[in-house]
Amino acid sequence: MENLISIRDLTVRFYTYEGVVHAIDDLDLDIRQGETLGIVGETGSGKTMTALAILRLIPYPGRIKSGSIAFFDRDLHSEIELLKLSEDKMRSIRGNKISMVFQEPGAALNPVYTIGNQISEVFLLHQRPELGKRAKEQVDRLLRDGDGLAAGMKRPFWRWQRRLYNKIAQESNPLEPRFLSHLPLFRRLLWRLNHESELLTVDMLKDVEIPDAARVAIHYPHELSGGMKQRAVIAMALACSPELLIADEPTTSLDVTIQAQMLELFRRIKVEKGASILFITHNLGVASEVCDRVAVMYAGSLCEVASVEELFLHPSHPYTRALLDAVPMPGKELQTIPGLLADPLNPPSGCRFHPRCPNAKPVCQQEKAKLKEIGKDHMVACHLF
Amino acid sequence: MIRQLVKNPLSLAGIIILLIFVVIAIFAPLIAPTPDGHLNPYMIPHEGYSPIPQPPSEEHIFGTTEGQYDIFYGVIWGTRSAFQVGLVVIGIVVVIGIILGSLAGYFGGIIDEVIMRITDIFLAFPTLILAMAIVSVLGPSLKSVMIALAVVSWPSYARLIRGDILQVREEDYIEASRGIGASSSRVIIRHALPNAIYPTLVMASLDIGAIVLSAAALSFLGLGAPEGYADWGQLTSFARNWIVGPYGEPLKYWYAVTIPGLFILFFVLGWNLLGDAFRDILDPRLARR
Repeated sequence: MENLISIRDLTVRFYTYEGVVHAIDDLDLDIRQGETLGIVGETGSGKTMTALAILRLIPYPGRIKSGSIAFFDRDLHSEIELLKLSEDKMRSIRGNKISMVFQEPGAALNPVYTIGNQISEVFLLHQRPELGKRAKEQVDRLLRDGDGLAAGMKRPFWRWQRRLYNKIAQESNPLEPRFLSHLPLFRRLLWRLNHESELLTVDMLKDVEIPDAARVAIHYPHELSGGMKQRAVIAMALACSPELLIADEPTTSLDVTIQAQMLELFRRIKVEKGASILFITHNLGVASEVCDRVAVMYAGSLCEVASVEELFLHPSHPYTRALLDAVPMPGKELQTIPGLLADPLNPPSGCRFHPRCPNAKPVCQQEKAKLKEIGKDHMVACHLF
Repeated sequence: MIRQLVKNPLSLAGIIILLIFVVIAIFAPLIAPTPDGHLNPYMIPHEGYSPIPQPPSEEHIFGTTEGQYDIFYGVIWGTRSAFQVGLVVIGIVVVIGIILGSLAGYFGGIIDEVIMRITDIFLAFPTLILAMAIVSVLGPSLKSVMIALAVVSWPSYARLIRGDILQVREEDYIEASRGIGASSSRVIIRHALPNAIYPTLVMASLDIGAIVLSAAALSFLGLGAPEGYADWGQLTSFARNWIVGPYGEPLKYWYAVTIPGLFILFFVLGWNLLGDAFRDILDPRLARR
């Protein structure tokens, strides 16, 4: 199967006053079509940065120093190099083909707009032609069915509107409607576009199992519960049927029952929409629930990638083993990993994990291990193998 | 929000004061009709050139000031000048402040440095002295007063907006809006500004009074509107020599300075009360409920 995303040698650095922060080092990672890939790791291990690098939204003063991220576009049937795209092209991918769900559903929604308003913005940004077509059909129906004096008087206006919507439906960025949409009062003439996008929004909200979607759409974020907000954020991310959905710790701030519902929702999305999901979490239990494959990251580099069963049954990298031992279990004393998380300003030489590794060999201090295939669907970056 | 404004007695007082001034400004031609044959209604009519102010009488209910200008006519039509100066200057200043401040705050880096160093230069001068210098260069007129006040007051707005944008920029929903593919201008205008603009609106409403006060100060110093123009600062300036009366009757000419002074005082007070109320309502950190 073709890879949806292939990340090669990705290196992200933050140039701060204290020095250069090695956020991600030589990361190689593939996301296959239609799979859920989990990334697990401690705070600061570069999980979120990997996601932001795919969207090219690394915040200042960070920069993608080198590497490549190839994205296979299903519609165009060709591979796109994301890191070489212009900002304009990149914008048309964000939210459209690759979208992201943020950790805090409360913080990811703008407090001054209603839920419906924010979700319909996605449609207005990426699906103008589609909306134009739908609006045109509406006007067509009016022209066909309208009779009587009032309709007769409005007819020329409707014809003009139809021409306008037709333009929107056909060209990518037509001059006349674009001009109109920038003029404060005249913008109202295009209200059918907004109306259509609101209809799509309500459908979308129904899709993420929000009861009474039409009513929720006119609520402000602070009027909804955490689970509702997270559903709304997921609806926003799914609005344009993306090929890749990045979920950055989507369940961390929710309570356990809602977490379970969310995981169910993600599983359904994957099956129904055929989207790949990049699921970032630090909760191994959650990862084992939803993911097909799991990648373990430590201090900006990849330790181990394997299918879920492989990873949990035969953890190979010492860090993965330590992580699994650190999962609390009844009747067992909690194991901790000795030492502290590597300082990203001065990362240890060689393998990032060697100062904390119980099986470190001299070579671990000198050389970084390459990813090696040690079993079916199981890759490890460690000198022990 | 309007209910909250009306519930608070102080803000209600502010609103009433300002409404009275609005009514005065709108109906100025009815309250103080322009005499026949008088070309510019904004020039205060005067009879004779006697430098001694005349006390209130039936003909001049607030008396006349130096040069026999009618104080009643002056304060009524001066309300229009006050609104004009206050609103125009605040309008210009807020627009410039929002544009430069949000550019600086959102993009950061070199743009931020350049814009903020320019504001530093402006802030390094004492405001009234810089304003006086600008008015003297442009020539005294109401227009130059407005330009001068706009030039000296935009930097604080740019800084305020920049600070709030800097804060909002770090919020998740800004990142999320970039994540759905919005352009920078869209992110700033649609997502960042509506969350960052309230402190500026509060400051603007508080500042209108201060701007009118500075304009009056400039007029008082003789750097404002042309002589005889209906302007409160101008009227107080006419009274400069008559603040204290002759020996034995120190309050003989009280009306010459007190009446225009009271108008300025209530105008500034009205805006300040309204601004305070705005702050209480819009700033969640000060919410008392």
